[in-house]
Amino acid sequence: MERTKNIGLFAIVAGLIILTGMIQSWNSALLIVNMGLISAIMALGVNLQWGFAGLFNVGVMGFVALGGLATVLVSSDPVSEAWAAGGLGLIAALVVGILVIVATGITIKKLPAGKMRLIGATAVLVGGFFLYRAVFDPAVAAIEAINPALQGNIGGLGLPILLAWPIGGVLAAGAAWIIGKTALGLRSDYLAIATLGIAEIIIAVMKNEDWLARGVKNVIGLDRPVAREVDLQQSAEFVDKATQWGFDPVTASSLYVKFSYSLLFTAVLVVLLVMAQLSLNSPWGRMMRAIRDNEVAAEAMGKNVTRRHLQIFILGSAICGIAGAMMTTLDGQLTPGTYQPLRYTFLIWVMVIVGGSGNNFGAVLGGFLIWFLWVQVEPLGQWIMTIVTSGMAEDSALRLHLLDSVAHMRLFTMGLILLLVLRFSPRGLIPEK
Amino acid sequence: MSEPFLIGDCMTGGYGNGPDILHGCTIAVDKGEIAVIVGPNGAGKSTAMKAVFGMLNVRDGSVRLDGEDITSLSPQNRVVKGMGFVPQTNNIFASMTVEENLEMGAFIRNDDIRQTMEQVYDLFPILRDKRNQPAGELSGGQRQQVAVGRALMTQPKVLMLDEPTAGVSPIVMDELFDRIIEVARTGIPILMVEQNARQALEIADKGYVLVQGANAHTGSGKDLLADPEVRRSFLGG
Amino acid sequence: MEFLNGFVALSNFVLVPAIAYGSQLALGALGVTLIYGILRFSNFAHGDTMAFGAMVTVLVTWAMQSIGISFGPLPTALLALPFGIAGAVLMVLMTDKMVYKFYREKKSKPVILVIVSMGVMFMMNGIVRVIIGPNEQQFRDGERFLIKAREFKNMTGLDEGLAIKSTQAITVVTAAIAVALLFWFLNKTRTGKSMRAYSDNEDLALLSGINPERVVAVTWIIVAALATIAGVLYGLDKSFKPFTYFQLLLPIFASAIVGGLGNPLGAIAGGFVVAFSEVMITYAWKKVLGYWLPDTLEPSGLVQLLSTDYKFAVSFMILIVVLLFRPTGLFKGKAY
Repeated sequence: MERTKNIGLFAIVAGLIILTGMIQSWNSALLIVNMGLISAIMALGVNLQWGFAGLFNVGVMGFVALGGLATVLVSSDPVSEAWAAGGLGLIAALVVGILVIVATGITIKKLPAGKMRLIGATAVLVGGFFLYRAVFDPAVAAIEAINPALQGNIGGLGLPILLAWPIGGVLAAGAAWIIGKTALGLRSDYLAIATLGIAEIIIAVMKNEDWLARGVKNVIGLDRPVAREVDLQQSAEFVDKATQWGFDPVTASSLYVKFSYSLLFTAVLVVLLVMAQLSLNSPWGRMMRAIRDNEVAAEAMGKNVTRRHLQIFILGSAICGIAGAMMTTLDGQLTPGTYQPLRYTFLIWVMVIVGGSGNNFGAVLGGFLIWFLWVQVEPLGQWIMTIVTSGMAEDSALRLHLLDSVAHMRLFTMGLILLLVLRFSPRGLIPEK
Repeated sequence: MSEPFLIGDCMTGGYGNGPDILHGCTIAVDKGEIAVIVGPNGAGKSTAMKAVFGMLNVRDGSVRLDGEDITSLSPQNRVVKGMGFVPQTNNIFASMTVEENLEMGAFIRNDDIRQTMEQVYDLFPILRDKRNQPAGELSGGQRQQVAVGRALMTQPKVLMLDEPTAGVSPIVMDELFDRIIEVARTGIPILMVEQNARQALEIADKGYVLVQGANAHTGSGKDLLADPEVRRSFLGG
Repeated sequence: MEFLNGFVALSNFVLVPAIAYGSQLALGALGVTLIYGILRFSNFAHGDTMAFGAMVTVLVTWAMQSIGISFGPLPTALLALPFGIAGAVLMVLMTDKMVYKFYREKKSKPVILVIVSMGVMFMMNGIVRVIIGPNEQQFRDGERFLIKAREFKNMTGLDEGLAIKSTQAITVVTAAIAVALLFWFLNKTRTGKSMRAYSDNEDLALLSGINPERVVAVTWIIVAALATIAGVLYGLDKSFKPFTYFQLLLPIFASAIVGGLGNPLGAIAGGFVVAFSEVMITYAWKKVLGYWLPDTLEPSGLVQLLSTDYKFAVSFMILIVVLLFRPTGLFKGKAY
């Protein structure tokens, strides 16, 4: 019974997407599928943290962006002039930075608590910071001076972009480790604020540190794991096949590329989903849920709660990082200016809550469904507004304003959906077993 | 015999839908009396008092105040009816001054409360000196006085105290008992739960010994203190 | 003379802007802290409540301007402020009745309420964007400056000028009045005291006959008023743009937590701590130090610790430091 209902829910979403293909275009449908797959993976990561462990992470955007950063650092070509000009200085600055942090830590440990400790630690930190800047600034200036119109950054490793996916996960995991170490012992609201803040900082760094990935100047023309449309259109074999199937070559090439992405993304989703399912039903997963439901009792039984939380926080964030790398790969460009918390953090939360927190399939369903709505609310709203305003004069200011405002209806709708689900079906569409 | 002023009659019940903790337990207090509930740990002493105050589900039996059946009233409405209750813990507004605590105690009153406040200050002179200090900064015994004072501000017809001497030193305990007797002398019947059975029974007009949620012994404080069985089973000889 | 010039430069670029910004943050943080103290959850929709109240004020200001109402040298927005507050009050009371009340009666866990407030945040954000659009809006009028830099120079004969924008002065005065009223209300009136009592000890407050629904309603009204005032002052001082209010959420929460969540006095202190740190760490000290240090030590660089793009990082760092070393905040908050 329950199984039929769940299959039915997935079928409905699939039906909606197929309907999109028939009414709008198959191109749009595949776009929804691809972003839906990525959204599902992000939701899987957040579900791991919230559904399994009750960790309130509202810094999803930061981890997603780190994944995006990884694609540039892995796949773009190294800029050897930049490395020659400032590479050494950059590495030296990094070493100085680490040394300063270590020195601050030692000062805090060695000095007796009280004023002395505060003054000592502050002095080391501030002095160290200036030292770091003294090494760092000239190196950055040198790097950013190299061919600023196209590069001005250190470039990447020139490796295949597929490698960036796991590396994006690793990067996100590293950031999660640092955040988790400091913030996981705190109350849930504090963790929320801490993650919200770190996400903003990650975006700020990506926007402003031009030497890293060109900041708001963006990196475009990233490497691709699948064929390019242009190449396909020039291949006689492909054009033949396309006309045979009754497509014009341009549409066919675009569909082919998108479908290739779909296959790749599906593979990743399936692997992650299987792993998430296995871990959910393993002793480890059961313990996680036991901790979530009663932290005090779990602690009394000798479970190291903070350590477990750290594990799952890192894992969930890594998954978000992987998804972020996949998304940037799909886009073919890294644009730090476009990361917005409403879209990359809170929307993912809507997916998890609506789908059903604590259930991996629920998260996946939520990912697809909410992404579909996110995309389709606008045309749907346009259509409704046109009908609503059809009685008004052509040039009525209100009518124009209403038609104009449809673009912003999606935020409102997402909030409404979230509140309705929380109220009437708080455990989501596919509840936890 | 006429009906007591406040009576929890044959109460059976427990918290929420949980198991029954009380089994046909009867507690009563009459005008001008101090009634004390004592008993071993886990006997349901506090539970019995909370049942009288409406904080748990009484499935069988009834609670009557001055002849009126109040079994179905919420605790808040019982306060309006004239019951004053001092919980065992968290019984003051720690961040507010002593005077503000008393003021909040009188929140349901719309008349002039200054006279009542003076009476409380007369009963607990130390509170007058500390009226502008945050109650959370006072000593344990003083806090209990604030707690009792707060409950007195509604001018209750009956006062209920849940282990007022828990966690205070013996000297402070004696002082608190003296104060409680003074409150009783003003004519307010007092029903209290006590861990320190011997001292409590010494000042009690009526004592209830509860065992496993049921009445084991009932009598005047003196009688119970003299009862060899009560002495043996839990006063320690 | 050198010292005075340095001090004037410092006032001009650091002290005055930080005091104005700190007042705005303090008002915002007060709202967050009151909600936390009474309703016991972190309200993620607070930034958008500010945006909503400010938006209503902007619309009424425009209407007033179009029919020729003005407030002399003061911005018309101050006349429109009561309407903005009324709009925001209606909005939050409606939200409470339709959304939050249900979870309060069910005694849901605080984290559920936080997620609910996320939904409210989305909806309010959407409403504001639908009504006024996502773009920057201009609604300031009246006198631009209280003191112009040139006038100051002529008056004092110093090399450095001190400019005080009228919006900065209005911000500080309005915030001071609002805070004074709030504290008078909380400490002197019966309703205010009952709010403190409820925040301190909910069960005992119920026993004392305090009506929780009334306390909650009064809290929302005050919070909406504070949010609107903060939003309008920020909009007058900088500019009105819906998204910036969402971004203010971080420094506002940082202020409230740094001061001790649930503690109104702490929220004000936290607001100024965060504002001063942000401004001081992102300010280029070259000018001031040039006046203050002997010529031989004059710095060559800008002496800017962090670029202004990292101002969010500053509030975040303060937050982390306080959380690690003093989890209850500078003033003791309710959170343990």
